[in-house]
Amino acid sequence: MNAPQCVTTWDVEAVRADFPILAQTVHGKPLAYLDNAATTQKPNAVIDAIAHFYRHDNANIHRGVHALAERATIAYEAAREAARRFLNARSANEIVFVRGTTEAINLVAASFGARFQPGDEVIVTAMEHHANIVPWQLVQARTGIVLKVIPMDESGALQTEQLAALITPRTRLVAVTHVSNALGTINPVAELIAIAHQHGVPVLVDGAQAVPHMPVDVQALDADFYCFSGHKLFGPTGIGVLYCKAELLESMPPYQGGGDMIRTVSFEKSTFAPPPQRFEAGTPHIAGAIGLKAAIEYLERLDRLAALRYEQELLAYATERLQTVPGLKIVGTAPEKAAVVSFTIDGIHPHDLGTIVDRYGVAIRVGHHCAMPVMTFFGVPATARASFAFYNTFAEIDQLTDALHRARDLLV
Amino acid sequence: MEQELRDLYQELILDHVRHPRNFHEMADATRTVEGHNPLCGDHLRLFVKLEAGRIADVSFVGEGCAISTASASLLTEALKGKTVEEAETLLSKMVELLTASEAPTDPMALGKLGVLAGVRDYPSRVKCAMLPWRTLEAALSDDAPAAISTE
Repeated sequence: MNAPQCVTTWDVEAVRADFPILAQTVHGKPLAYLDNAATTQKPNAVIDAIAHFYRHDNANIHRGVHALAERATIAYEAAREAARRFLNARSANEIVFVRGTTEAINLVAASFGARFQPGDEVIVTAMEHHANIVPWQLVQARTGIVLKVIPMDESGALQTEQLAALITPRTRLVAVTHVSNALGTINPVAELIAIAHQHGVPVLVDGAQAVPHMPVDVQALDADFYCFSGHKLFGPTGIGVLYCKAELLESMPPYQGGGDMIRTVSFEKSTFAPPPQRFEAGTPHIAGAIGLKAAIEYLERLDRLAALRYEQELLAYATERLQTVPGLKIVGTAPEKAAVVSFTIDGIHPHDLGTIVDRYGVAIRVGHHCAMPVMTFFGVPATARASFAFYNTFAEIDQLTDALHRARDLLV
Repeated sequence: MEQELRDLYQELILDHVRHPRNFHEMADATRTVEGHNPLCGDHLRLFVKLEAGRIADVSFVGEGCAISTASASLLTEALKGKTVEEAETLLSKMVELLTASEAPTDPMALGKLGVLAGVRDYPSRVKCAMLPWRTLEAALSDDAPAAISTE
């Protein structure tokens, strides 16, 4: 089969030119970077914004009166406004900067979860990343809450209709992933949120794997919490966003104590700043926020719906091509998927696949993808996973497919 | 490319992957230790029957990549009948073969086990080859733990 011709107006070569890292060879082969669910590559705009900040504007924020401090503060708060716009939040005060999705969920677990009582319930899905399981288990160990799980079917689609039956008067939160990192499944979060809200239960959405692929509007979703990581969104590592509805955020106790999150401090008592500062103790990752702003602005210059369509074409092509490899089974075949393909090949351990395709220039992830319950559900110790971004090409999928055939020649 | 990969996945290794030796549980083992590599999900159970300071029998079961499976299979072949002292010497030679910063001058001095030297060119895979040996180390220690894990 040949790659589809002219099926989209997406100019992938122009986009690739924005990402300098892609133009390299690995082990003498052109790099095919298909590990975007782990982390994405960075466009020049992001790399340059970070370098520019350190070259010209670097200072601490919110406290200096000198020129650099003012520039740094303005740039940092402009990043907050960019994140607000990106998620269509009502107010920039609903945007808390964190290290990433993991910290965002830990913040909610520690702060919102501080008032949970023994027997209170948190409901997650069967396809969560460990980052949306373990923080709740820590609350469980502290407080004795109950963790409940919305099941999925054999295709990796969530059994959304089960949610209503799981909710009881003790349910305090529904915490769900928007897109599964291990399977690619897109969950119907608007529907899940509507069901939870009918019962008066707030919803946290882990958007780490969703925002790189599709526009997200937290007001349209009516999400109570929404979080994502900068580094999966073509921005830097070490910066992420927790969106939280203002009235909810106002009611939450601090997460960490320290500078920048207080109003007054004495040895007897401290009072705390309003959100979002209340949740940003210490000097934050200022350059990271500025890099994230550059990533958001880069995405705003692209036609994101065209990007999404293109990625869906990559997904369809990869799904078809990979199935030409004898013994290959795709793990996760839900009807609604982001451009992620998890698979196994009979007789070859994923780890060996990863090593072999790397020698053909192809970067994929192998392992349990920090979603061990998903692996257990499908009865596999690990999978190989190719995950795509809008800068990937049909030729790279051919390169992966060829490398998988070579792996079979070598090992089977 | 093919040749580099063939240095890692040599025929001898592939033979042990397709037909692992001593791949069974052992009801009368005197030591049983679980070895687990949490990063990749490889796990094995090593059974050792010690009799008068000698490894009378050794076997394993488990699930892992080609490198860890072949390493475990080769281990059982090499150790059967050895004294604990001889096994410990072999263990330290294997650790050196797989992890020393200096490349081994004569990997084949270790016999068949030398085929595992190819893993040195794949730093992320060294732990796969090491897992059975770390598990053996635990099994031979006087206060053998029930389980170990490697990173």
